[in-house]
Amino acid sequence: MTGREARRSEFGVRLFGDRIFGLSTLGLALVVLGLIIALAMVLIQASALSLYQFGPHFLISSDWDPVNDLYGALPFIYGTAGSATLALTIAVPLSLGVALCLSELAPAWLKRPIAFLVELLAAIPSVVYGLWAIFVMGPWLRDHIEPLLARSMGFLPLFKGPHTSVSMFSAGVILAVMVIPYISSVCTDVFAVVPQSQREAALALGATKWEMVRLSVLPPSISGVVGAIILGLGRALGETIAVAMVIGNSASISASLFAPASTLASVIANEFAEATTTMYQSALIELGLVLMAVAIILNIVARLLVGATRRRVGVR
Amino acid sequence: MVSATPLVMGHYQYRKAKNLLMMGLTIFATVITLIPLFLILGYLLYKGASSLNLAFFTKLPTPVGEAGGGMANAIVGTFELVLIACLIGVPIGVGAGIYVAEHRGSQLANAVRFAADVMMGVPSIVVGIFAYALVVRPMAGFSSIAGSVALATIMIPLVTRTTEEMVLLVPHELREASLALGVPRWRTTISIVARTAMGGIATGVILATARIAGETAPLLFTAFGNRFWSTSLTGPVASLPVQIYTYAISPFADWQRQAWAGALVLTGIVLALELGVRAVTGGQTRTPR
Repeated sequence: MTGREARRSEFGVRLFGDRIFGLSTLGLALVVLGLIIALAMVLIQASALSLYQFGPHFLISSDWDPVNDLYGALPFIYGTAGSATLALTIAVPLSLGVALCLSELAPAWLKRPIAFLVELLAAIPSVVYGLWAIFVMGPWLRDHIEPLLARSMGFLPLFKGPHTSVSMFSAGVILAVMVIPYISSVCTDVFAVVPQSQREAALALGATKWEMVRLSVLPPSISGVVGAIILGLGRALGETIAVAMVIGNSASISASLFAPASTLASVIANEFAEATTTMYQSALIELGLVLMAVAIILNIVARLLVGATRRRVGVR
Repeated sequence: MVSATPLVMGHYQYRKAKNLLMMGLTIFATVITLIPLFLILGYLLYKGASSLNLAFFTKLPTPVGEAGGGMANAIVGTFELVLIACLIGVPIGVGAGIYVAEHRGSQLANAVRFAADVMMGVPSIVVGIFAYALVVRPMAGFSSIAGSVALATIMIPLVTRTTEEMVLLVPHELREASLALGVPRWRTTISIVARTAMGGIATGVILATARIAGETAPLLFTAFGNRFWSTSLTGPVASLPVQIYTYAISPFADWQRQAWAGALVLTGIVLALELGVRAVTGGQTRTPR
């Protein structure tokens, strides 16, 4: 073999190796891409029976009657929207407070430990949240917070009715605790992107720290903050086990926060393994399909908003 | 000038007070947020530790009404489920992450990154349904492999995204130096780029493992649960999160007591993984979201 031929064959081996490696990583990348497509297709296919039987009426019907094989998603859509709204009402101000405290106020030596503790909240498994909510938080809310709300704002239908430890209220509060780390960590990231010079400009004009936040930090990060909130909303909608443990699992629509309810995710968790008829199972899967569609749309919108903030201030 | 001073001073006081109030509120919010964390950890130690004993780690669950027993099978089951999920999920996630990073800017790479981001937003219960329809139905029964598929599906996008980020951190000069020495591209990627990013990738994998170890919802109707010893891939298998869930919502005091013990062990495992990684990397990495 001449030197030239040897070089050529080595070059061939090299190209061959590149091709094998390139194709295998390409294949694995395609698996990831295929996964989300498969997810959507499998769910549509598995809920076809119910999709065909009930059509769009499924979304507005409040019948949930497995005995007569009649299914409607409205009670669960209501429960999901209600508990998530309550969660965000509590979580958004707190998350903004945490994020501002971390990015603007805390001295450097305190930032790391606080950020770390908030991150720990995100690491606790949701079944542990549920356990704590059943035995500790729920009874405490029932004995102390619910009577307080009933006394001060009892004229609202929201706060009428008997006080219970398993209720939409408990679910909303535990959800709030669970989504705060998500919202606050994205907000902290968003605030960190605001250039230091903008803060200094406000301070140089004589602004107090709060005025600096109002003038230079919040305006450029507003879309990112909205994105963070939507990301938190997506989490709250999809959270399953902790909610299933404290919401009381009732397929009824009640105006009172103190009444038991059910969310899309919690009803699937509770009833799927016992769904005996194919129609029952198909209807539950359709609930999952609705949940997935909403979660995916919210996720995309949130990522676009957070990305927009980064681009606006010129950081990637 | 003299007459204006009280007004200016008054406004200044107002601004100062407002600043103090708002800044005070952020501290208040932080304290309020952290209270549940300490309460949860405190209750876990208080209720869990008093219920932990050797039997918890070595015995099977007892039938209803009979005191004692443990969650040995669930602990082993959780390790089995997570291990197999890693065997499925890590190669796919790392490979896809390398592809996305090395083909940065190409349309396919962007599509894969987008798909991974979207996957991270899919609720875990939906992933459970996916694994049910994909594995449980064709196999006509709950199985640990179905549970592992569900957990792997949750893990893959997390690993893909961290791998991509870690590979992008590798300086371009390293690649160029290797290529200039005549090392083929694929060997450059494996021996130079992937090896340099290895620490970060491993961190991402461990964080993803911690995340899936605590998942309950996707296991409810895939791995299901089992009162007995089983490590069979094709049979239902017990897991700590599902066992905690079942015991927590049961009306039996002894089971509830064991649920606390299980929660302490599960949280211990998850936090040990997270804290271990943080101790090694100095708290720089976290689970993507």
